[in-house]
Amino acid sequence: MSDVVEKTLTALPSLLSLDSQPGSAKLSSTSKLGNLIRGITELTSKHEEEKLIQRELTSIKDQVSSPNTSMRQMKELMVRAIYCEMLGYEASFSYIHAIKLAQQGSVLDKRVGYLAVSLFLNESHELLLLLVNTVLKDLQSTNLIEVCMALTVVSQMFPKDMIPAILPLVEDKLNHPKEIIRRKAVLALYKFYLIAPNQVQHIHNKFRKALCDKDPGVMTASLHIYLQLIKENSEGYKDLTASFVTILKQVVGGKLPMDFNYHSVPAPWLQIQLLRILSLLGKNDQSTSEIMYEVLDESLRRAEMNHNITYAILYECVKCIYTIQPKSELLEKAAKCIGNFVLSPKINLKYLGLKALTYVVQQDPKLALQHQMTIIECLDHPDLIIKRETLELLFRITNGQNVTVIVEKMLDFLRISKDDYTTIDLVGKVAELAEKYPFETMNTVFSLGGDMMQPDIPNSFLKLLSEGFDSDEEDRKLRLFAVDSYVSLLQSEPNKLPQRFLQVISWVLGEYSHLSAELEPATVMTLLSKLLDLKHTSSETKSWVLMAMTKLCEGGVAISVAQDIYETHSSSMDTVLRQRAQELQHLSQDSELYLMGGVDSSLSFLDGFVSEALAAGAAPYKPPHQRQEELAQAKALSLEPYSLSLPISMSSCSIADRQSPTLMSMSSGLSGDSTDLSHKGGSTTLKLDGVKRVWGREGYLAQREPVEETAQVEVPSPLRSPSQQAEADSTQSQTPTPTVTPELEQDKQQLASSLFVGLGSQSSVCLMGKSDPTPQRFRRKAQGRASSSGASEKTPTSLGSTPSPVDNLLCNSLLDSNLVSEPTNQTPQASQSLDTTNGNCHEELTDVKENNPSLIHNNEEPDKPKDLCLSSHLPTELSGLSHSEITPLCSNQSVNLSACHVQKEDSLQLVIFIFNSSDSALQQMQLQVDSGELKVNYCLSLITDSPVEEVRSHSVAVCHYSVTVKRPSVHVEVLGMLSYQLPGGTPQTIQFSHKLPLTTFIRPLTLSTEEYGSMWLAFSQDTKQNLTLINDDQDPLTTTLNVLKKKLQLHVVEIIGVEGIVACQLVQDQPCLMHCRVHAGTLAVWLRSPVPDLPDCLLYHCQRALQEH
Amino acid sequence: MQFMLLFSRQGKLRLQKWYVPLSDKERKKISRDLVQTILARKPKMCSFLEWRDLKIVYKRYASLYFCCAVEDQDNELITLEIIHRYVELLDKYFGSVCELDIIFNFEKAYFILDEFLLGGEAQETSKKNVLKAIEQADLLQEVHTHIFSTTLIFLKKKYNPGPL
Repeated sequence: MSDVVEKTLTALPSLLSLDSQPGSAKLSSTSKLGNLIRGITELTSKHEEEKLIQRELTSIKDQVSSPNTSMRQMKELMVRAIYCEMLGYEASFSYIHAIKLAQQGSVLDKRVGYLAVSLFLNESHELLLLLVNTVLKDLQSTNLIEVCMALTVVSQMFPKDMIPAILPLVEDKLNHPKEIIRRKAVLALYKFYLIAPNQVQHIHNKFRKALCDKDPGVMTASLHIYLQLIKENSEGYKDLTASFVTILKQVVGGKLPMDFNYHSVPAPWLQIQLLRILSLLGKNDQSTSEIMYEVLDESLRRAEMNHNITYAILYECVKCIYTIQPKSELLEKAAKCIGNFVLSPKINLKYLGLKALTYVVQQDPKLALQHQMTIIECLDHPDLIIKRETLELLFRITNGQNVTVIVEKMLDFLRISKDDYTTIDLVGKVAELAEKYPFETMNTVFSLGGDMMQPDIPNSFLKLLSEGFDSDEEDRKLRLFAVDSYVSLLQSEPNKLPQRFLQVISWVLGEYSHLSAELEPATVMTLLSKLLDLKHTSSETKSWVLMAMTKLCEGGVAISVAQDIYETHSSSMDTVLRQRAQELQHLSQDSELYLMGGVDSSLSFLDGFVSEALAAGAAPYKPPHQRQEELAQAKALSLEPYSLSLPISMSSCSIADRQSPTLMSMSSGLSGDSTDLSHKGGSTTLKLDGVKRVWGREGYLAQREPVEETAQVEVPSPLRSPSQQAEADSTQSQTPTPTVTPELEQDKQQLASSLFVGLGSQSSVCLMGKSDPTPQRFRRKAQGRASSSGASEKTPTSLGSTPSPVDNLLCNSLLDSNLVSEPTNQTPQASQSLDTTNGNCHEELTDVKENNPSLIHNNEEPDKPKDLCLSSHLPTELSGLSHSEITPLCSNQSVNLSACHVQKEDSLQLVIFIFNSSDSALQQMQLQVDSGELKVNYCLSLITDSPVEEVRSHSVAVCHYSVTVKRPSVHVEVLGMLSYQLPGGTPQTIQFSHKLPLTTFIRPLTLSTEEYGSMWLAFSQDTKQNLTLINDDQDPLTTTLNVLKKKLQLHVVEIIGVEGIVACQLVQDQPCLMHCRVHAGTLAVWLRSPVPDLPDCLLYHCQRALQEH
Repeated sequence: MQFMLLFSRQGKLRLQKWYVPLSDKERKKISRDLVQTILARKPKMCSFLEWRDLKIVYKRYASLYFCCAVEDQDNELITLEIIHRYVELLDKYFGSVCELDIIFNFEKAYFILDEFLLGGEAQETSKKNVLKAIEQADLLQEVHTHIFSTTLIFLKKKYNPGPL
């Protein structure tokens, strides 16, 4: 205590000498600070100010380090140092003295010391550690003011690691008799919670005590902590809901002391804090929400006064009402409130109204409809912030029908915006919309957003362009449009375009300029070559340009351009550029190399070599991941973990894929403009992505659904000519006339109708965050299906072009039953439409039947009667089924062997006819059927029926085998040997071989798209190739797949746009999946199966089937 | 609240309070940017601004601009009223406050602010309570003789009954 006395005494002189004018301290005008301030105001130049301050700082520096300086003087010096820092001059030398002042000064000096510390230092400053002891001492002081100062500085900044040192003291203060101390202690703990939540975990119950404090100030302070806690875990504090509601009720009801009123509104800060907490608690919780309905209603009702503070409360109320579980009555009132805000002439309220609308419009799009005219006016508001918020609102209500107008508006804003942050944000939003609703304004985005935009934006744009949409025609149009607009851009003023945009332009021109008929490659080359000469073109852009040129260098002029470029760039300092120039030159010189088109990543030109090698017994190629797998399988123990490796590598592939268009063209400069883009990017990536996207339930598809909408649904302002609309808008925005002419009004009406189209009646139209649960693509598909089956009902003959799963199912079921003989027996219960499809299957099969005899007819006319008679010898269980032509195997003077096969669902039945052409009976006959000696791989498992031992003269014996494939091959060869004995003769043998094409073992595999998707990922064997597309039809893909379906019995799972998925299986559950995609006039197929060699073999047959067609 | 700035119509900074840790350089850049932006705005314009990811709420009182930065989800109107309450507090304390009061007694302005907002949150919104707290601290200065004598009486009573 003597300490206190001492301090008081030392403080006395300074206290006594002070000018004692209370409160209004105009005294300082004579002080040194006053002199400084006045000195500065008299100066005219920045330079002079600098000089003066430097002088001042030097003098302060001298004095603070002098031992003779008293604490009172020190205080004065600190104030001056603070002032210098505020002017922007560094006074770091004084920091340590500020701490010293807080430590050693009297109460008054201390206060300035603490203030200086809190202004000079921030949380992480190392000097702050020196303050810990001072704070500790002051927290224990009996002087309330010292305690207050310590708590104040602690709640502003305190080294995180030192919290434990003072925490017990601060905790104690929660029980302090003085409310100001308790309040500050609560806020200090709040600060601790923010910077180190773990440290204060144990005192949560003390927070509750603070919440129940009798002083409203302490209670209010504790709400800061609760807001934070509930933000992080609303579940844990549901029990407090009733308490918060009661507090709010009391506050609203005016139960607090008058001191807490602000412009006669009771404790507005407290109200708002409580409303925030309540909205967090009531979110997604019906029962909790119900507790608060009444008090919310009361709050709305009480907040009637026309003052900013009531609006602030109303705004918070509205937000709360729309956040918790809805109650119609309250929503109505809240909507009215928002209306008042939006319609208010006060600009701040209007802004808040728009903000509230933006917040609620996701739940209630009709609210935007009500205020459409106001929103239109806000769009042309002279204050950018209002415009910006309106755009934000429009962004939330964008749908397929109004997107053109909205983006037009956003771009208008971008043109005038000078703030980088806004530009970046808005460009991002436009790009997001453009991806959802692609259209030409992307160009404007690129030129305005420039190099500031996120790098993935141009990437995804290119990806969008290259992958295309459903219809080829749309794709072509879009690409052509891009080419045309880019060419005209390059013709006008390419030097003003940002680098990123130039890169996009080069890629598109390289890839798609061939689409434009009147555009010569040489013209494009010349345009591109100009880019290389521009000064500001970066070397990255140059390399994009050169790559585009390599895709184009064809024909006379182009070659000379290429030559020029080679000469300029072959000596470039940039190795990449040099290489590109080299490539360009080589390709332009060597037209053969150029015409080879791209890299055939499936290496199909090696197929001949490979099959030869395989035939010679070489082991088939296995991709590395499979090798690894097999290796892992060999070690029994490690089987499980290693089997995971496949999906992992898949996912990494799809990550890489995200950036594909750009990366691809960067990495494969030689690839040219031909072939499938997805083939270029490395084997697995793109296609896998495709599979996931097209067939996944919640994949990319759902997001891209609106794309279709723009493409298909009629748009009020035509998609490709937004210029008219834009003109109308721009004239409107440029000439804001105070009196609205009827014409202008009409313009606005028109704008409104184009902006809010599709909002009211069908509220399900894709609002942000509430996307349609059923992707439209599927719906549309379903309709297509319905219509196609409808068509088939009317004209059964046209069915060949549109397969439907229904047909297929029926075909499948028909396979294993008696088809040819009694088709009507199959579906006695079938409805009429099924009957029709059934009829088609029938037709198809009779077709086959018709073919077969004719073939035989051509080849072996004399055999025809024999064939007919042989077929009658078919085993009874096979007699009803369609069988292949009966082919002669071999014959000698006494025996004729022929064979045929019958396809059953689960196996192939091989039937061998032994015709005894001799006059005597064959005895001890033995037929051995084998898959051949050499080709062990192709062995068959044969289940022989009871062997026939004797065949009478001129009669037929039949051997019947059920055959399944163990290991696929293009043709499965069956070797056989018949040994027999003629009566009295020596044993004789006759050998034969019979080739069964793999196709005879292929069966359709019926499965859903989802099943397909999951199977696809699980299979390791894959093969890719481009097949010829049958191009004689409107829909080449469907036609081609139908041919395959017909010839190879594949099951077409689904056709979506330019992609189709097909599945089949080798008898006995050995599936093979095929993914087809139409690209650049060919059918890019990708096969996958768990069975080695199966994809290759199947591919061979697909090729054959299509060639034969 | 992230920070509060007071600056004059000429763009001179009069007060700055940062509630988030920022380097000196960043602070300078932010205040320079904001001062420029706000001074360029016309009087009838909205009091709110979007700036980076923050909301700026500002209001002009005579020759002085008060400017606060809050987060986007915060309530702009109540922030405007925080500014107003602070002005009311200054007014009450200095007695019809003017820019000069704040220039010459900026440390007082800081003390009042610290009593009103603590760590970026409204600490005490009752005008009476804030001023009471300030005056209590000032009391030492103003009626020092009184404190001195009461302290003496207190000490005498407790420890040393003899004359000091």
